[in-house]
Amino acid sequence: MTRVRGLPAGLALALAGCTPIQSALDPAGSNAGMVFDLGVAMTIGATLVCVLVVVLAWRAVRRSRAEGAWLASPRMVIALGAVLPAVVLTALLAYGFVLDRQLAAEEDRAALTVRVTGEQWWWRVAYLAPDGSPAFETANEIRLPVGQPVRFELESADVIHSFWVPALGGKIDLIPGRTNTVTLLAEREGIYRGQCAEFCGTQHALMAFMARAETPEDFGAWFAAEGGDARQPETEEEVAGHGAFVAAGCGACHAVRGTAAAGTIGPDLTHVGSRLTIAAGTLPNHAGTLAAWVTDAQAIKPGARMPSFDELDGPTLRSIAVYLASLR
Amino acid sequence: MTAVRDLPNALPRPPGEEEALRRAWAAPKGIKVLSEINNSYIGLYYVSTAVFFFIFAGILALLIRAQLALPDSDVVSPDLYNQLFTMHGTVMMFLFAVPAVEAVGVLLLPNMLGARDLPFPRLSAYAFWAYFIGGTAFLGSLFLDVAPRAGWFMYPPLSGMEFTPDISADLWLLGIGFIEISAIAGAIEIIVGVLRTRAPGMTLGRMPVFGWAMLVFGAMIVFAFPSMIVATLLLELERAFDWPFFIAERGGDSLLWQHLFWFFGHPEVYIIFLPAAGMVSMMVPTIVRHGLVGYRLVVLALSATGLISFGLWVHHMFATGLPRIAMAFFSAAGMLVAIPSGIQVFAWIATFASGRFRPSAPAFFLLGALLVFVIGGLTGVMVAIVPFDQQVHDTFFIVAHLHYVLIGGMVMPFLGAIYYWTPAVSRKALSDRTGRIVAILFFTGVNVTFLPMHLTGLVGMPRRVYTYPEALGWGGLNLLSSLGAVIIAASVLLFLVDLTRNFRPTMRKTAGNVYGAGTLEWVATGINGFRSIPRVERREPLWADETLANEIEAGAWYLPNTATGHRETIVTSTVDARPQYILTLPGPGWSPVVAALFTAAFFLLLTVKATTIAAICGLIAVASILVWMWGADRGPRPAVPIGGGINLPIDIAGRHSHARLGTLVLMLVLSAIFAGLLFAYVYLWITDAAWPPAGIAPTSAGGVAGSALLLVAAAGLFLAAGRFLPRPGTGTGVLPSLGMGLSAIALLAASALDIWNLADAGVTPSGSAYGAAVFVIASGQALLALALAVVTGLLVAKALVGRINAERRLSFEVGRLLVLYAAGQGLVALVVIHLFPRIAA
Repeated sequence: MTRVRGLPAGLALALAGCTPIQSALDPAGSNAGMVFDLGVAMTIGATLVCVLVVVLAWRAVRRSRAEGAWLASPRMVIALGAVLPAVVLTALLAYGFVLDRQLAAEEDRAALTVRVTGEQWWWRVAYLAPDGSPAFETANEIRLPVGQPVRFELESADVIHSFWVPALGGKIDLIPGRTNTVTLLAEREGIYRGQCAEFCGTQHALMAFMARAETPEDFGAWFAAEGGDARQPETEEEVAGHGAFVAAGCGACHAVRGTAAAGTIGPDLTHVGSRLTIAAGTLPNHAGTLAAWVTDAQAIKPGARMPSFDELDGPTLRSIAVYLASLR
Repeated sequence: MTAVRDLPNALPRPPGEEEALRRAWAAPKGIKVLSEINNSYIGLYYVSTAVFFFIFAGILALLIRAQLALPDSDVVSPDLYNQLFTMHGTVMMFLFAVPAVEAVGVLLLPNMLGARDLPFPRLSAYAFWAYFIGGTAFLGSLFLDVAPRAGWFMYPPLSGMEFTPDISADLWLLGIGFIEISAIAGAIEIIVGVLRTRAPGMTLGRMPVFGWAMLVFGAMIVFAFPSMIVATLLLELERAFDWPFFIAERGGDSLLWQHLFWFFGHPEVYIIFLPAAGMVSMMVPTIVRHGLVGYRLVVLALSATGLISFGLWVHHMFATGLPRIAMAFFSAAGMLVAIPSGIQVFAWIATFASGRFRPSAPAFFLLGALLVFVIGGLTGVMVAIVPFDQQVHDTFFIVAHLHYVLIGGMVMPFLGAIYYWTPAVSRKALSDRTGRIVAILFFTGVNVTFLPMHLTGLVGMPRRVYTYPEALGWGGLNLLSSLGAVIIAASVLLFLVDLTRNFRPTMRKTAGNVYGAGTLEWVATGINGFRSIPRVERREPLWADETLANEIEAGAWYLPNTATGHRETIVTSTVDARPQYILTLPGPGWSPVVAALFTAAFFLLLTVKATTIAAICGLIAVASILVWMWGADRGPRPAVPIGGGINLPIDIAGRHSHARLGTLVLMLVLSAIFAGLLFAYVYLWITDAAWPPAGIAPTSAGGVAGSALLLVAAAGLFLAAGRFLPRPGTGTGVLPSLGMGLSAIALLAASALDIWNLADAGVTPSGSAYGAAVFVIASGQALLALALAVVTGLLVAKALVGRINAERRLSFEVGRLLVLYAAGQGLVALVVIHLFPRIAA
């Protein structure tokens, strides 16, 4: 199966010159894998039909009156226009239903539940304890153990969004007042990018997140650490940064567990330093980009709820960035 | 065919006959030509306006492609980008595609069918001017930075007041609501025209395929557009008056919008495609000089597509988390629709194979369209499979799919049709050589733009994003698509050059039947269409009988004169086209233009909340419609000969009247709107268990009974009024006027009582989704009662001055049908609002 998958995918990617971090053509999950096989089958079938039509149309136009009267008969119209599609499509429909059943079956095996809430324009992520209560909250990044189906509960805080990690599986909308679910199973380790797929306003384009599939051991270790409070500031600059963070009022919107910052409007920053990106997949994560984001969010992502703190002086800004980067 | 045969009217025709005919049909000169309502004029205005909007929306697409050509680019701001793609989609769908095919229908149908004009010329004039004025104002919003920006699908809550507090959404809702009215007006016109104004002998089985396509088109508009009217109405009520239909916290549901929108939106695709397919089925036979193979199959396929397309709307909602079993059903329906499309494609291929192919510009467009449409259809089958759709939904794969379908299914056939039919309306044909280059360039551009997009979507790029990071590697594919867009632009530019050089619209000396087609539109010349109206015995009458065209032109066929001095055409029976009566048609007049202008002003002023001026404009619009209704219904006159021993009465009332058919279609529209409101009610009930919510008292049973009695009384009074219509010239219309007047009052009182009853029970429209759903049904009924009060006022006035009597009763009969309908709708509303919750409790 892997070989079948590998060839066309590799070819397509070579043509497109793509990094397959957000590609449905480089499936890393069971859902995406099954859909990929379906897609390959359908593409082959569609190409054959297309060639058939072109050949027949060409013959129809080029032929002399004498030959091939069969092509000009109403019987041909019924055979190729109605009977052929009916047969092919019935088979395809059956394939689709079987596939859908398989995907449904995976839902029952999920042990871990992650609640994802779409907000304009970022992702609130809560890992749920077995009793259904939130164990801890994070944002814009999801980790999941390889080989174990994970159930996602999808909700929205404002408008309709759509949760989509192409490498892992299909998308499902996040709709105000409803809870949708999707179960994804990562089959191999890796970092996959997801992105909002339902138009949700000005910054729909910059509403991404990272999904990191890890070995169950690594995942377990991360899960245990992520639930804990934030790392205390240690260096002088980190301490100053924490002070500036509090003084600037960041805690009104952001939470850093273990500190006074307990805002719930924006992303939880307790372990922000350990994430791959900031601003919902918009920038790579390091002290430099953190500083840029704090001081210039409105230029990087116009319309985002995060204001530009452009009144901060250089050293203060730098200390805040260093402090945030230290929250691993 | 040189055999002498009996023609209905002896040649040569008496002197002065043709001159009188031409005089009746003469178009006004100078600026007054804008008041001409004849289909040839309106049709040309209509097609030209549609082409203009096509070019405008195409320029928006070029800006979109400029922004996406490179990663992380900032050619336009995010906010402007969102306006661009919203307007591109909206303008292409609502201001180009639907009006364009409707326009071709208005322009060509009467001539194809052997009629001198459409049966309600003022209605199509109104539809055109409403579209022209409203559409132009809608475009203007882009230049004022108030253009809609929530996508052409306008999903709430994003399009609701909380997330779009500016007027951009209102502009969309009212603007589109208004275009819908125009489309429905045109559809009623086309349905009645196709069913009742065909030439004698043109049975349904001999009707050109385009007539069938437009009939299905009209029927689909009648059932689909009301759903959109309901959707836009509910959302505007939510935005303007806080009626929470789509707000989850208050019992509403944003998915209600999606159901209503796609119940319109999916048929919309076929509303666009079927007329274009009909055009293809007209052009292919001409290209190869052979009748369409499988005519019956194609007609069956057109009708089946229309029917199936109403069972597909959930197709667009596979990612919304609906139950699997529901999605399985819609998945199957989605596949089913491939069969009628397949039949049409292979019927065209079979026709190509039957005759002798002669290359021409239209042929190039059609062959290209065939391949593009087939590719779009095949990817359509792919996305009908739920798991696959969930992967590619809202990605560039869908962008590719829908453009293949719409370009192959509509745009390329439409461009081909312009090349094909230009000689029928222009002094010169377009350049066939240029046309072939345009077709090749266009086909190349489309494939370079959209073929790579399938891949762009599969490698992860979602739709409606104003930018994308370079690291994702989508740059190359996007650049290729943008290059393709430039090729398309070049081809359209070349097309415009050709139009400018060669398109010379005329009513007299057209270039004529250069492709050697077999249908009647190639005989019709001048604004009156036919010198005389032939009897049609074949699907391609001009091929069957080479002398026919000359006989028609000489006036040897039916009605070579004007019987009344007015414009006239022949009305025939629905199925077998037996001549029934002569319909006199109105001449030029400003009332449709004024009505359209002020209807547009009404909607646009509402957008900016200038309520008082809006109301005044609304009144002027109603007044101008009343002016035109005042002149309608000249009353029946004795039969006159039309030739061949046939005598036809003039302007009859009663069961066979075409106006009755028009009214029945209007009633279908009204009932579809009403059904949409009921759907909203039931849907919100199912979603929100608290129905009615706590704190609302049961409504008074006495009040409900009172409303019901008043409705029955309204119907009874109007029926009674019909029994007391005076004989012409005897007595006055006082008694029937009294009956009609009281009926209107009873209808209004029934609504008032019901609204009072609801308010008394503590129901408020902004209190909950329940209140909103109940009130929108009750106020819809009240609005209908009010409209009928105005109509009744007109009828009373007509009766009092003797313009209605026992014989001249067509407008009375129309009013009676509508009042009976309104009473019935009111009774159903009472049952649903008051009885259902009691039964459920």
